[in-house]
Amino acid sequence: MQQIFNFIFKNSHKLLFLLLLGISLSLTIQAHSYHKSRVISSANFLTGGVYEKINSVDEYFNLKTQNEELAIENARLKSMLFNTKDTTSPPPIDSIRGVNKVNIIVSKVIHNSFNAPKNYLTINSGDKDGVKTDMGVVNSLGLVGIVQKTSTNYATIQSILNLDSRINAKLKKSNHFGTLQWDGKNTGFVQLIDVPRLAQIKKGDTVVTGGESKIFPENIGIGTIDKVYIDNESNYFTLSVRLFNDMTNLGHVYIIKIKDREEIIKLEAETNKR
Amino acid sequence: MNSAVLLNIARFILLLAAQVIIFNRFDFSDYLNPYPYILFIILYPVNGNRFGLLLSSFLIGIIMDMFMNSGGVHATASLCLAYFRPAFFRFSFGVSYEYQTIKINDRLTPERFSFILISVVTHHFILFLLETFSVTFFWHILLSTVFSTIFTIILSIIIIYIFKPNKR
Repeated sequence: MQQIFNFIFKNSHKLLFLLLLGISLSLTIQAHSYHKSRVISSANFLTGGVYEKINSVDEYFNLKTQNEELAIENARLKSMLFNTKDTTSPPPIDSIRGVNKVNIIVSKVIHNSFNAPKNYLTINSGDKDGVKTDMGVVNSLGLVGIVQKTSTNYATIQSILNLDSRINAKLKKSNHFGTLQWDGKNTGFVQLIDVPRLAQIKKGDTVVTGGESKIFPENIGIGTIDKVYIDNESNYFTLSVRLFNDMTNLGHVYIIKIKDREEIIKLEAETNKR
Repeated sequence: MNSAVLLNIARFILLLAAQVIIFNRFDFSDYLNPYPYILFIILYPVNGNRFGLLLSSFLIGIIMDMFMNSGGVHATASLCLAYFRPAFFRFSFGVSYEYQTIKINDRLTPERFSFILISVVTHHFILFLLETFSVTFFWHILLSTVFSTIFTIILSIIIIYIFKPNKR
């Protein structure tokens, strides 16, 4: 017994080190393998509060660009409004169920990261505002990311500039679809992989979100094709897509809430069980 | 509570705040990410309580991870640096370093520089290795370590010179 105590006493530093190392390594591994359930995140009272304070100062430096973006979006919406054939006709609604399928929550990015291989944003709305995991996040220019984890007042977003990000996307003109991911190199470009070779592709074509996704509605802009790579071993293209968004400068974002998401997922899960 | 403990607590908070508010926002390149918050571990008193060092290093790392959404990589890297610190002292200042009165927080000598260099390299290498967690990013890890180390060391030395306690 005495020897055990002596051993513990003599190696107490080493034991404490190993204990803490075990905790931190398991946190690391857990964050890498199940990215949905990370324990340590910036969606909490302390870090969210600090980031919100920093952002409230920071905002003033971006007022001009934010205003310009809003003005451009306003102009676009106005032109849509004035160009409808009949100005008294109601906005288009889902013809089958007669209700809007999509709800939108407005929020603000309070922390933006873009220089790590796995980037996350923090926004200042959470459970309280109805934000839930796996909702899509866009802004006036295009795609931003997917909600990862929420707390009462804050939420973290997996940016499209994240090695784990996989988003269904398609070509606007031909409906050929592929998977959007990021190679970790340039913040202005993402890659669209697995596009069939049959697709007619030109530099400058627009890439939008695909209809297969249960997170984003169809036809949200992502970017334009910048380079086309042909993989000789498979029958697929890999496309380099220049993003519409400047991911290093994000202000207000919209969180998209698709009403029938749970229903679709439940239905598909039951179908797969058979 | 003596003044050394208070000084370390103040250093903990100030370095963490400076890291989050200023240094995390440098975006020159993917490879240039300075982390001068590890000065807390480097400047911790040589003969100070080792349990205190291990626990506070773990804590500063975990808080950094919260701010950076990075799982546990900062905690792991800081903890390893804290644990291997006596070995680095032995390497830089000779075997009997415990009996000398070493202060890192002073004029730059080759011994002090080598200690800071080896500490920063160790921390950054573990950090970037765990951050990507794959061998395919070997060059990314290596370049990040080299460039970020240079950047961190320059910033650290500037910080040490600014806050050097004036005795003369």
